[in-house]
Amino acid sequence: MSKHLNHIEPYSPQFGTMVPMGFQKFLRTCVLWQIVRFVAINIRMTILILKSHH
Amino acid sequence: MARLVIMGGGVAGHTAASFARKWLGKEHEVVVVTPNSQWNWIPSNIWVGVGGMKKKEVIFPLAPVYKKVGIDYRQAKAVSINPEGKDGSDDAFITIEYTGQDKEGQSEELTYDYLINSTGPKLNFGATEGLGIGTEMGTHTVSVCTADHAEHANHELQACIAKMRAGERQTFLIGTGHGMCTCQGAAFEYIFNIEHTLKAEGVRDMADIIFITNESFLGDFGMGGIHFSMGGYATSSKVFAESLYAERGMDWILGAHVNKVEEGKVTYESLDGEIDEQEFDFAMLIPPFAGVGIKAYAKDGSDITDTIFAPNGFMKVDANYNAGAYENWKPSDWPRTLQNQDYKNIFAAGIAFAPPHTISKPMSSPNGTPINPTPPRTGMPSAMMGKAVAGSICDMIKGAPEPTHTASMAEMGAACVASAGKGLFSGTAAAMTVYPIIPDFEKYPGTGRDLNGTTGELGLAAHWIKHILHFGFLWKAKLKPGWTLIPE
Repeated sequence: MSKHLNHIEPYSPQFGTMVPMGFQKFLRTCVLWQIVRFVAINIRMTILILKSHH
Repeated sequence: MARLVIMGGGVAGHTAASFARKWLGKEHEVVVVTPNSQWNWIPSNIWVGVGGMKKKEVIFPLAPVYKKVGIDYRQAKAVSINPEGKDGSDDAFITIEYTGQDKEGQSEELTYDYLINSTGPKLNFGATEGLGIGTEMGTHTVSVCTADHAEHANHELQACIAKMRAGERQTFLIGTGHGMCTCQGAAFEYIFNIEHTLKAEGVRDMADIIFITNESFLGDFGMGGIHFSMGGYATSSKVFAESLYAERGMDWILGAHVNKVEEGKVTYESLDGEIDEQEFDFAMLIPPFAGVGIKAYAKDGSDITDTIFAPNGFMKVDANYNAGAYENWKPSDWPRTLQNQDYKNIFAAGIAFAPPHTISKPMSSPNGTPINPTPPRTGMPSAMMGKAVAGSICDMIKGAPEPTHTASMAEMGAACVASAGKGLFSGTAAAMTVYPIIPDFEKYPGTGRDLNGTTGELGLAAHWIKHILHFGFLWKAKLKPGWTLIPE
């Protein structure tokens, strides 16, 4: 699990933020989950566009 | 018969021209004046800049498209506006100077009934010593602002990759080349594509990658930052952006006004007043934007440029230009109809309109140097403004007494997809939506945005959307069958 954090130096600017680890990175490239997210993002953007036209 | 003249054929101008042509009968004329012969889908320049796409994939010639739909196309630049006509004629006109169509250098007066200013920006490289001269980019850095620039950037990038393969460590500096830049999103997207490319080429461990920005915090994006609804938290875009850089081992320099560029080195002033230097082997620095410098003259020939244009060269519209200090700013300061208030038949859309003020809180160094992002108004907002302005003008030509459509950035949202990589399964992207673009702290206390419409996430899905946007918007811009079904 710590392999995702190996490059972070203590008290560097990167030390003060969140860093994704294995499961989060897996979800980002999991095709099945991303198909679900693809639909969700498209719905979200469609609502945004509809709200924005006057 | 009425004549609508549109200055500029970018996202806003092309959208306005396309819809105006569709909505107006053939008895009315739609004329587009643009110095460019090619239309460029600018968001994909990022991929050209890392070799993921060829220049020809992000551009297409305008003339055949306009000929197909009956738009009068003039490859020329607008030089001046005479909104009251001239001695002996009350007909308003603009003066244009041809850049193509075998009439290079020739001037012509073009009368109009309605005028849209959608010229986009002047790339003001000359504002920073060493970044360039006037609108011409210098030799020390690269840019992705045009397809040609992006192609050149990739050429330089490949040279750096070759050096790294030969064992030479390289420093990449990506960001903003002046304290008053906008378009941090383009630099943000480019740095992630650089990092992705170096990783794919197997030379990432030979590179130091640094982001330099005029933002006071990462994730400001010229919008004063955003709060996303993520995992049950209202998460600041500061955390979101820092996480992206930290994950990839990239450093950042904040609140920087780059005031000098030399071979392999930039000098910058920070918000704390310190003057510092950063060396680089490869630098992509976005120039500041300004208006394109169109002049305006009254009927008697007197110069009224200051009446129509703000000092930065952008056109004044129905905004509140007297809002004063940050504490007094309101969403209603932002223009709704984009109509010039002195000449009601002139409108501005996209980057060409003068914002009432920045969106991010104004900041300056102890030396008095302003260092803060200027408002982004490219892409989706530009297209929406172009369509709204076209709608109003079409209705006014048909008899409406005043504009019928609005496109206030305080009442619209924006979607932004920033990719890293090009492959369908090897790339990822950040998909961000924000609503409204201008924060409304009275309506949405705390964050200024509607958390139901303001989100951000990373993954393949966003990357697929980026691909769809590329092909979808090029299809739409070419006015191919069903183009109106693709939203702005």
